[in-house]
Amino acid sequence: MTVDVNTLIGPYPFRYVPHPDPDALVRVLERERADGAWVGHLPSAFHRDPSAGNAQLYSALAPHSSVLRPVPAIRPDWPKWEDAVRRARDAGAPAIRAYPPQWGLGPHDERMHSLALAAGSLGMAVLLTVRFEDLRQRSPLDVAGDLTAAHVRSLARAGERVRLVVTAAGREMIEEVHWGLTPAEQQRVFWDISWIWGPPEEQFAKLIRAIGANRFVYGTQWPLRLVQNARANLDLLPDDLADVELASARDVCDAAR
Amino acid sequence: MTHADRRAPAPLAGREPLVDAHAHFLHAGTGRSDWADVNDARFRAGDRIGITYHVASVLGSYGYNSPTYFPSPEDVTAGNDAMLEIAEFESSRVRMMVTVNPNYTDHALAEISRCVARGAIGVKLLASRRADDPLLDPIAELAGERGLPVLHHIWQHRRREWPSQEISDGADLARLAARHPRTSFILAHIGGGGDYMHTFPAIVDHPNIYPDTSGSGVDRGMLDEALAALGPGRLLWGCDLTIETGLAKLRALEVIGVKPDEMAMIRWRNAQRIFPKGALPGLPQ
Repeated sequence: MTVDVNTLIGPYPFRYVPHPDPDALVRVLERERADGAWVGHLPSAFHRDPSAGNAQLYSALAPHSSVLRPVPAIRPDWPKWEDAVRRARDAGAPAIRAYPPQWGLGPHDERMHSLALAAGSLGMAVLLTVRFEDLRQRSPLDVAGDLTAAHVRSLARAGERVRLVVTAAGREMIEEVHWGLTPAEQQRVFWDISWIWGPPEEQFAKLIRAIGANRFVYGTQWPLRLVQNARANLDLLPDDLADVELASARDVCDAAR
Repeated sequence: MTHADRRAPAPLAGREPLVDAHAHFLHAGTGRSDWADVNDARFRAGDRIGITYHVASVLGSYGYNSPTYFPSPEDVTAGNDAMLEIAEFESSRVRMMVTVNPNYTDHALAEISRCVARGAIGVKLLASRRADDPLLDPIAELAGERGLPVLHHIWQHRRREWPSQEISDGADLARLAARHPRTSFILAHIGGGGDYMHTFPAIVDHPNIYPDTSGSGVDRGMLDEALAALGPGRLLWGCDLTIETGLAKLRALEVIGVKPDEMAMIRWRNAQRIFPKGALPGLPQ
């Protein structure tokens, strides 16, 4: 059962992205032999109030509810955010998305801790995004910067019910976070594989050997990145890792319960 | 989730010829204890995908003794020596591009002659001087005389200075290419950083510029736009530092409807056309 935990729908404000809609995503999943996807609403990352984007997300995914699960964005510095968390749970969301850099929330912001704990108490993970684009191509208007390792460490330490899925991280950040946590805290963090380098530097293989395949989940960051990249990275793992098993989306959900 | 059951019969990218027009190897003088492992990993992944030829260069000492993009003449020579050794030892699957620093004109021209005499099939320029600088003219001129393509490191859309390199973009390279119409230029890694959407219109009117598809960037839409702007006859497949992105791009090209004869251009025919005759033996004529 392969579920892509890192997909989005909707346009991106800084460049044209081809057909970022649910129908296209369903076709892509079928083509790539994936069974489903966790789906966020891309423009909401850049909206001050993500509520309208979440409503649009729920509505757009409803016809595809057997394969696409909503992952709404919820900002904890917005009034009534607790209600949004409950609505997410009621809508069957396996996780919620949060964008601390885009919202100006620092690594140790207590409101982010509250959000992660609230989501965890309802069996949902918090999905974080390190970056949407390579730093070198960003629009001059895109000044939020990357999510930091300090953000992730701080959230992972917030409580034992916290579960995080960190997307679009590279090797250095993953190592910095992982080895900066206790073994118990490490189990609260999953990493998607959308931005990890493969051969010849073999960063993906080194990470699997060092911190374990069960810390990684399948994620592509469609529609921003080629969906084929994550699968190519798996296909090119060295032979000693040919039978490696990543964590599944269900593992993430189970861990959050 | 196990992926072993998803592994297609080797090679992953099919049995058609495949030329990686932008590869690099490491060597003992880089200060990295794992240099041989990295080289082995390139061969392992290349075999798995089905790469027929790695057209590769060594970038001096990669920063160990002098900066990667500003290598000293001594490092340039040592790196080229290492690359010559690899190309000679792996002659069935490796071809060499000779690296030069255009700030040292005499040394650069001598290195090209020395390494071409031992089999180099192209010239690699880093970011030691901007692409439209007159210091590149004698190098481009010699490359044109010898029929050697010039692979130039490019930042897609230079908006400002960045540290550690004298970056050039497509517009800079276009000015050099206009001065040397009989020389072929490979514009490095459209996925290697910066805004590729600036590059395509900057070079579209310069048919002697061939962008390679390498780089860690795998933005959806990048390949579609490259094809729409330039056509398959202008693109070269490559990996640079990330072979998995190379495989992903091949698979994406198939999905977006590139026809088999167009795929052949991108995979190997364009490379066969711009590298010296006979440089890539075994490819269909």
